[in-house]
Amino acid sequence: MSTVGLYVPGDSPLHRAPAGAKLLALLLVGIGLVVWADHRVAAGALTAALVLYPAVGLPLGRAWSALRALWPFLLAIGLFQVLFADWQTALRLCAQLAALVLLANLVTLTTRVREMLELFERLVRPLRHVGANPDRIALVLALTIRSIPMAATAWQAAREGYRARGLSGRPHLLVVPVIVQLLRMADATGEALVARGIDEDTRH
Amino acid sequence: MLRIEGVSHSYDDRAVLRDVTLDLAEHRIGVIGANGSGKSTLARTLNGLVVPDEGRVTLGEWDTRRHARHIRRRVGFVFSDAANQIIMPTVAEDVEIGLRSLKLGREEAARRVEDALVRYGLDGHRDHPGHLLSGGQKQLLALASVLVTEPEVLVCDEPTTLLDLRNTRMVHRTLDGLEQQVVLFTHDLDLLGDFDRVLVMDAGRVVFDGVPGDAVPHYTKLMDER
Repeated sequence: MSTVGLYVPGDSPLHRAPAGAKLLALLLVGIGLVVWADHRVAAGALTAALVLYPAVGLPLGRAWSALRALWPFLLAIGLFQVLFADWQTALRLCAQLAALVLLANLVTLTTRVREMLELFERLVRPLRHVGANPDRIALVLALTIRSIPMAATAWQAAREGYRARGLSGRPHLLVVPVIVQLLRMADATGEALVARGIDEDTRH
Repeated sequence: MLRIEGVSHSYDDRAVLRDVTLDLAEHRIGVIGANGSGKSTLARTLNGLVVPDEGRVTLGEWDTRRHARHIRRRVGFVFSDAANQIIMPTVAEDVEIGLRSLKLGREEAARRVEDALVRYGLDGHRDHPGHLLSGGQKQLLALASVLVTEPEVLVCDEPTTLLDLRNTRMVHRTLDGLEQQVVLFTHDLDLLGDFDRVLVMDAGRVVFDGVPGDAVPHYTKLMDER
């Protein structure tokens, strides 16, 4: 399952908070953790991030899903720091990274993509003065988010086709069919944008 | 009324439409034909996705060559692979984005999205990622995303090709209940029984134009002769 676009409906204060406020808070926490570089603070932030999940009605499994992809990096960073620095630094860096990933994931899970895009449109609006089109930039961002599961689907389809023919190993052979499939999907999506009059609408 | 006048079109040196002239006035119009007969290209000329090399396609006073934007607001288009038509990450957002071109107020847009989600049975999936829906639900999402803009005409290019029987029936029922004019390009002959008019295409031409009871046997005979 894609990790993108997994907004979980809810009625917690975090769900109701504006996207901008959540992102600003995330930024401030990130800065705070870097400025206040202490392993106890980092561990506290990690604990707080974990507590926030059930507090806003999300199962802890969601936190675990976010950390699962991260653990090889945490392990490598932790081992490196223990070997070449000390355990406090290892704990601080791992806890900082895990806490920030969990908090960023929490923002994703409690914020509709639409709200995020609207915020992004507002942020890039000043670029209109230098010829950029905020609507088009937001559309590109939405399509980028949307294309991640499309790419995963194309990869999975190519891999299944490869295995179904009794082949194994040499994953580089999948690159060409995946690229061809992605180009087809991109072409079809472009046609759909035009058919729905969306792309035209962003040209002011 | 959609009017096709002397339309011919080629891809490189391969002619896919040859001097097609039609007035599409009926409420339910079906178009059938073998693969490569020109159906999809003809479908795409109806909302200006393809501008023909020769001839013209008009809806009232609008011409697809000069007024493509106006035409697309009036002629909705549904593709066979709904997955490629999903643009936004979640169901409600995908329904909503088509309304942007109409410049509606926030409340009116929200009301239309809500109505469309309820009408097409997607209200329980509003915040789900569109790409995780079943095949039938994806096609319903594609229909909802187009119909929320309230087009005058709905053009469907083989909307049931990738669907099982249950989902095909669901899409059929949805199309059946529409007030809009529907122009359905399909291989599924069962969908056409209650249509007002069916066109049979072959080698870029309309070779039969009549009621389903006559058109379907004509098409079947044409295929048997191949």
